[in-house]
Amino acid sequence: MDNPTLLSRIRARFPQAVRSSTEFRGALSIDLHADAYADLVTWLRDEPTLRYDFLENICGVDYLGRTPRFEVVAHLVSMQHLHRVCLKVGLPEHNPTIASLTPLFATANYQERETYDLLGIIFTGHPSLTRILMPDDWIGHPQRKDHPLGDEEVAFTFNQEQIYARKPFARE
Amino acid sequence: MMLQVPTPQEITAPALAGQSETMVLNIGPHHPSTHGVLRLVVELDGEIVVNLAPDVGFLHTGIEKTMESKTYQKAVVLTDRMDYLAPLSNNFCYALTVEQLMGVEIPQRAQVIRVLLVELQRISSHLVWLGTHALDLAAMSVFLYAMREREQILDIFELVSGARMMTSYIRVGGLAYELPAEFMPTVDTFLQRMPSHIDEYESLLTGNPLWLERTVGVGVVDADAAMAFGLTGANLRATGIPYDVRKALPYSGYETYDFEIPIGKRGDNYDRYRVRMAEMRQSVRIARQAWERLREMPPGDYMTRDRKVAPPPKEEITHSMESLIHHFKLWTEGFKPPRGDTYLSIESPRGILGCYIVSDGGPKPWRVHFRSPSFINLQALSHMSRGRMVADLIALIASLDPVLGEVDR
Repeated sequence: MDNPTLLSRIRARFPQAVRSSTEFRGALSIDLHADAYADLVTWLRDEPTLRYDFLENICGVDYLGRTPRFEVVAHLVSMQHLHRVCLKVGLPEHNPTIASLTPLFATANYQERETYDLLGIIFTGHPSLTRILMPDDWIGHPQRKDHPLGDEEVAFTFNQEQIYARKPFARE
Repeated sequence: MMLQVPTPQEITAPALAGQSETMVLNIGPHHPSTHGVLRLVVELDGEIVVNLAPDVGFLHTGIEKTMESKTYQKAVVLTDRMDYLAPLSNNFCYALTVEQLMGVEIPQRAQVIRVLLVELQRISSHLVWLGTHALDLAAMSVFLYAMREREQILDIFELVSGARMMTSYIRVGGLAYELPAEFMPTVDTFLQRMPSHIDEYESLLTGNPLWLERTVGVGVVDADAAMAFGLTGANLRATGIPYDVRKALPYSGYETYDFEIPIGKRGDNYDRYRVRMAEMRQSVRIARQAWERLREMPPGDYMTRDRKVAPPPKEEITHSMESLIHHFKLWTEGFKPPRGDTYLSIESPRGILGCYIVSDGGPKPWRVHFRSPSFINLQALSHMSRGRMVADLIALIASLDPVLGEVDR
């Protein structure tokens, strides 16, 4: 399997799905429309001549200042053809929503929860989209570019009571 | 088949509402058997695990976020802190990804040294796994033997980098410093001794009836479920799938080394044990080949000569204006990779360690994401432990070999 063949097969099967594609350092990245994403991944996984049967990575990127602001990036591997493809879906700043891959690949579960937790991207169809790395009562999504580094106040013995009094869990 | 990974709330909610006949047991976050700061919420029927939810995030330090505020070269230090049992593999993965982003060529000799060191790292990481796994099943002596050999590997790392664990030795563009003269004989002695040490561990465990009783048929995961959960490394190969990135999509010249991929059949604790033991032997084999190659190479080439990436040697700075400028630019501003994004994965001791970097053309990465194998492997824990005893669950955590620093990053 090589990059042009794969791309032409995808274009033939899903004429409306591909927004653009780039090849950088020998790796193929395909920019998709959000509505075609899950169908395309299902087809890539199940088509006997392709068999992209391993979802290696799924993560999100915040391109603050660009439209669309967010991007979900998935890397699929075909263990049979030893080929990797990168799928990207741009998502808007307000209510970034995309179909979950967890029904297709169980491995997407934690990775999508992480992306939701850190970037605030919503995966519809995910069985339990909750925070995973940050505390449950955390406000905001720290991996976003407009979330400043070092925003969290450091609690020392002399000021910890004041700081904790401002926390959401103090109001419960 | 839908493979569920429950959240802690899904298990605790029915119990708190009093709707459940089963008992909920909380293990951790601090517990000697969890190999780090991991909390397990276990639903029990007597001593049988009905359901289980790992609760992670206690060690979340925002490494990916912090990297966005550091220059590419300075961010290497943070990679050590992810998988603290295999810092060199993390350095290696990150450095390779940045090099791919920049399109830099690394000297042959530096590539050979990198392979030699990460294979030693694989042995040392597997030794910690072996020791703690045996300790969890009450075989105390194996732990002491494993730590003894690991100490020798850490001595080698101390020799090359000055640090035993947080090495930061593999840098973007090559290696941090030249190898010391004692390196070659020390590694030679170690590689000569190591195979007999592996025999020693195997003589204690492989045919031991107690060991067999506790590992054979425990924590079975079949190939389909392993693929779905994204299990990688020895956990995947124990199910019979011979997928190793070093063979499948080789990097750093792995295609030129002669080695085999050990696989298992049943995907139980015993197969994972056999695969990792065999992997240690293969690592010794690769390290020996790298050592032979290194012996033929004249010293000196440990860093790329591309002055836009690697700083010039100190003695050049005293007489070359251009070198001084390069030195100054590299340490104050850093290098600027072209705009773009790239992903690369390596076979770390725990599985596929991937790194995704987005560059906006500036001296700091726009986004760094690590596909950490421990984080993803941990999802299979509930599937593997359902229907087993609590004591088996403890053995299972050790068998999956997660490092919590890498899970939470």
